[in-house]
Amino acid sequence: MTMIAVQAQEVCKQYPGARGVQALSGITAAIPAGQFVSILGPSGCGKSTFLRCVAGLEKVSGGALSVHGVPVQGPPDDIGMVFQRDALLEWRTIRNNILLPVEFARKQPRAYQEKVDYLLRLTGLRDFATSYPRELSGGMRQRAAICRALVDDPKLLLMDEPFGALDAFTRDQMNFELQRIWMEIRNTVLFVTHGISEAVFLGDAVMVFSPRPGRLLETIPIDLPRPRPLSLRETPEFGRYVAHIRSLFETMGSATGKGAQ
Amino acid sequence: MNKAMNNLRSTSAGLSSLIVVFILWEVVCRMFHVRDIMLPRPSQIFAELGAEAAWYASHSAYTLMTTLAGFALSVVGGVLIAIGLVGSRLFERFLFPLIVGFNSVPKVALAPLFVVWLGTGAEPKIAIAFLIAVFAIIVDTVHGLRSVPGDVIDLGRVLKGSAWDFFFKVKLPSALPSMVAGMKVAMSLALVGAIVGEFVSSQRGLGYIIMSAQGTFDTVRVFAALFILAAMGLVLYGLLAWLERHATPWRNTGHE
Repeated sequence: MTMIAVQAQEVCKQYPGARGVQALSGITAAIPAGQFVSILGPSGCGKSTFLRCVAGLEKVSGGALSVHGVPVQGPPDDIGMVFQRDALLEWRTIRNNILLPVEFARKQPRAYQEKVDYLLRLTGLRDFATSYPRELSGGMRQRAAICRALVDDPKLLLMDEPFGALDAFTRDQMNFELQRIWMEIRNTVLFVTHGISEAVFLGDAVMVFSPRPGRLLETIPIDLPRPRPLSLRETPEFGRYVAHIRSLFETMGSATGKGAQ
Repeated sequence: MNKAMNNLRSTSAGLSSLIVVFILWEVVCRMFHVRDIMLPRPSQIFAELGAEAAWYASHSAYTLMTTLAGFALSVVGGVLIAIGLVGSRLFERFLFPLIVGFNSVPKVALAPLFVVWLGTGAEPKIAIAFLIAVFAIIVDTVHGLRSVPGDVIDLGRVLKGSAWDFFFKVKLPSALPSMVAGMKVAMSLALVGAIVGEFVSSQRGLGYIIMSAQGTFDTVRVFAALFILAAMGLVLYGLLAWLERHATPWRNTGHE
């Protein structure tokens, strides 16, 4: 039996107030531990809201949500999070930025030096341990943010459009790097994105969300062998997944179009 | 190396413009026979400063002491009040209207009251310097503490650090640049406060020199005190600019 990392049962999120937006409606999903799951949807579909609910940053307004079997009330233990902007602290060196979770957990930073070195090597930042964030490019900063999220071995890694602010080339490269890093770590990852190709390339499964109120349209298992080379994206198998997701969005678009008439 | 050269160049440029102004001033006064009582020549002013150096130094030290004491109090008090304002909604609701209302009173107008309350010693000057300077510290510190990006606040919540850790490791360092900017303004204002305090009632300090010399139409002496004040203001500002560079080293490293 596989462990379930994230269990969502009819999760709803309605923002408070008379004109409160309904962001999520009836999300039911079970995400097995050790999977890389992409959460895909158009902008404003509630996919980030779902992730923030899992992170305990926002309360669900209906349904049940648990992480590693524990109902979510505030941020769960053993999670790491990567944000769209890297959220690095400008006054700390890269090494000290990566050690921030260790300090906040009141653990001995000295015991984590080797771990930091390992992560810096893994992400190709070995020469930048003593640099300040300002001195790094956008892609390198985001890699440092990934190191920070991984430093205390989180069982669940939450990534909220982490490459959304990067240019297309850097983004491709980061996709490849992230896969390589994840294949070493093999924890559970929830990866929010609005890029279809990115979602398919990285995911063991893709959860497709509809526009607001966000509903889960379909969870598509991606059965492609790893490591996946970037050129995989030009193959017919990959194209079939992409085409299937596109058609999902198209039928949904016409359906909501009819609804409006 | 390059930086040192640049520093040297800008300092010497500033110095030479000052020298040019002094020369022009001297020449104009001599050419048009301006009366000393209206506008003394720079050479007279420097001669006066040289002749009575010790006397000026002791009065300058007094003004500097009250300025620095008022400034230090305003930093401590202003930062504490700002932390309270940002940290507690109740505190903010209760105190903010008071602060805004109080800030709209010209503090200089309160100076005579402080003499009534605190006498004619150093205390009223320090109090006025504090009062004028503290608002700059409050405003800029509040601004700094509130400028922590949303992502960073979320990060702090996910990491579940103590409020203490989050404040000292994230919020306060984030606020530091605007706090130092506030200190620069506050330092100049504290000097204004100290002088105003001395104008109102004093037997010591540069403000006292200006008032008493003005009473005997000793304009040379007034200008001598003004020169010292200008120099003092410059040095204090320069010290804070230096502190700013060294307190935020991450800002001047790296490529642009």
